[in-house]
Amino acid sequence: MLLGRVIGNVVATVKNSSLDGKKLLLVQPLDRQGRSKGKPLVAIDAVGAGEGETIYWCRGREASFPFLPEIVPTEATIVAIVDRINIPRPPARPS
Amino acid sequence: MILGRIVGTVVSTRKDPRLEGKKLLVVKPISPDGVDESGYVVAVDTVDAGFRETVLLVSGSSARNASECKDRPVDAAIVGIVDTVHMDAQHEGELAAARRK
Repeated sequence: MLLGRVIGNVVATVKNSSLDGKKLLLVQPLDRQGRSKGKPLVAIDAVGAGEGETIYWCRGREASFPFLPEIVPTEATIVAIVDRINIPRPPARPS
Repeated sequence: MILGRIVGTVVSTRKDPRLEGKKLLVVKPISPDGVDESGYVVAVDTVDAGFRETVLLVSGSSARNASECKDRPVDAAIVGIVDTVHMDAQHEGELAAARRK
């Protein structure tokens, strides 16, 4: 799973019937410092995320699992909204 | 999933029987602000997309989850025709700046 930020949304009226009712969001992948990393992509929302929020998304075949037993054609799904990230500081270098 | 634009069609007479009757289109990946990205993908069309339309492209094994593609040798499928893409202004600027570099 990877960190990302919701940066917008995508509207598609005509879509594969297996995507009916699914919310499509634009996600910018982030590194652990919260900086943009890589190209934005389109992900399906499984948790009700909104624009500007930091989220966790998963990719690959597993991305369709949150919707089971429904079979959804997606390789990127937003599976969590991030409250905070704790990264222990590296030990201070002796000066 | 990524956004793409239809730039052509592929005609293939001799193909796997499970691909018969499937429309194959050439898709150029694009960024959310509509600028072409590198490469091309041949994808199975499940939504009757047309030339120059912006579409939603799903790739990998998940493409087989699209109805009409179940148990077929497909790793890229067009699953939606995009009406609008909205992106926040700050990110639009970031994308443009990254492109100028």
